Amino acid sequence: MAAPVAARRRTRAGSARIRFGFAVIAVYVVAAAIGPWLFRYNPVDTRTADRLKPPFTRLSDGSFAIFGTDQVGQDLFAQMLQGARISIAVGLATLVLAGTIGVTIGLAAGYFGGWLDGVLMRLADIQLAFPSILLAIFIAALLGPSVVNVVIVLAVANWVTFARVARGQALATRRREFVDASRTLGAGTWRLITRCVLPACVAPVLVVATVEIGHVILAEASLSFLGLGTPASTPSWGVTIANGRNYLADAWWISTIPGIALAFLVISLGVLGDALRDRYDPRLRSL
Amino acid sequence: MGAYVVRRLFFSLFVLWGAVTIIFVVLRLVPGDPAYIMLGPDADQAQVAALRAQLGLDQSLIQQYATYLANVVHLDFGESFRLNADSMSLVLQRVPATIQLATTALLLSLLIGLPLGVIAALRAHSWVDRAISVFSLMGQSTPSFWLGIVLILVFARGLKVLPSAGSGSWAHLVLPTITLALPFLAILVRLTRSGLLEVVHEGYVQTARAKGLSEAIVVLVHAMRNALIPIVTVVGLQFGALLGGTVIVETVFAWPGVGRLLIDSIGRRDYGVVQASILLVATIFVLINLLVDLLYGFLDPRVRLAGD
Repeated sequence: MAAPVAARRRTRAGSARIRFGFAVIAVYVVAAAIGPWLFRYNPVDTRTADRLKPPFTRLSDGSFAIFGTDQVGQDLFAQMLQGARISIAVGLATLVLAGTIGVTIGLAAGYFGGWLDGVLMRLADIQLAFPSILLAIFIAALLGPSVVNVVIVLAVANWVTFARVARGQALATRRREFVDASRTLGAGTWRLITRCVLPACVAPVLVVATVEIGHVILAEASLSFLGLGTPASTPSWGVTIANGRNYLADAWWISTIPGIALAFLVISLGVLGDALRDRYDPRLRSL
Repeated sequence: MGAYVVRRLFFSLFVLWGAVTIIFVVLRLVPGDPAYIMLGPDADQAQVAALRAQLGLDQSLIQQYATYLANVVHLDFGESFRLNADSMSLVLQRVPATIQLATTALLLSLLIGLPLGVIAALRAHSWVDRAISVFSLMGQSTPSFWLGIVLILVFARGLKVLPSAGSGSWAHLVLPTITLALPFLAILVRLTRSGLLEVVHEGYVQTARAKGLSEAIVVLVHAMRNALIPIVTVVGLQFGALLGGTVIVETVFAWPGVGRLLIDSIGRRDYGVVQASILLVATIFVLINLLVDLLYGFLDPRVRLAGD
């Protein structure tokens, strides 16, 4: 009796992790969606009287800066809300693009097999043999900093995981009886792929996307920190943290507080992704 | 074993060729004349003409690719216009500093990560295990550039016990090593834990226990030996992330390695040096994975015998 009880307890712990992850992420998404309306942020605004004020300061215009101000007198909290919007939007856009490229390639490789599979999967192997942040840095350096370029760069660096998952599902599904049955009834290749094989990929791809989005948001912040991600006029968290580096002696809060917000979001995404993976598809653990 | 080694060697060469080709393709896919992109808006006509000739931009794409491959084989990435020296030798000068940082970070991760993973597996589902999991999750989720800044704030600016930037002594190595090691260490803990948990219920582990061997010997010798197999592979793959991480850590701590040279060169559009540094790091990574694969064949005879 001991084993099932322990297993049940673990499942319950699993749903607690899922609830925790969803709750935290919901707070971030709501903050990113409506925060910038409530706390206006203007990137070119400078207020010299309010420069480098510590957290919990009343500013010259009467507003209250809970996280202090930066080197040009901007409210750090408003800037972080704006940053949340950018980081989450870049993360989602990257996953959609990387997922589309990866699933298409993976389905083609897995369904058709043969030389196409060989070529596409060797391409994936080559890319895995290349530290992905280096590939991202290289492409970002050539394209120059912009929000769209960051999405392209990170999607190029992250499609492989999606391709592998989709290929695995396609290989597992294409020989199943219901696919053979559809084929016998005269369904064409396109219909077989989109109606039989693709639906089998949806669940594992969503699980992988949850696991990956934390990594993507971290990578975006790292690129922006290096000056290769979002430009200075769109302050993602990485940009804000990089700006704060020059004021460590006078204003510790500019770099540290956005980093805590970033780490907490990535931790919550990690908790959620792991819990979803353990519950729905433990086989994906190796990815 | 011989055939296995040859097969792995060929695969490594193939991957390196692929990396070189990706760089070539990306340089040509980016809109605009590669020579202008590489030299930037300040370049004069003579420099552009010289680079166009070196890259062979007036020739067909196939000829350009052949020229490019020939240059790469000769380790010729052109002169650095910024530093007036051969790009590859500039990068090679910086390699020891990066290797030093990466090796100490790897050692630190192994010294802390493996024991923590073993403890977590032996006490699975206890509070110790949960505490270790939380630590490992935080380690994987903490942005390393931010961790570096916080460590500088606390230990260099606050407590004033360690230098905040530069190199030259062991004290300079402490903060960059911790920053670089943490995410790697966190992954190692998880892998060791799950690897051990997968084998502890295997028959041979039960046998070892039934023979009356001490729990320490059962775990560290009998169970660990097989648990190590997946760990070794992933350590090899994750070492790429560690090498990539040196770019960020070297930038934060002004560590004079390849990563910082790469970022400085990008800022000044010195693309010969950029290509040379990226290819060199990719080569180190491929060599390490080759070593890992050979070690894998040694640890698990099934692997090397499979294709023979």
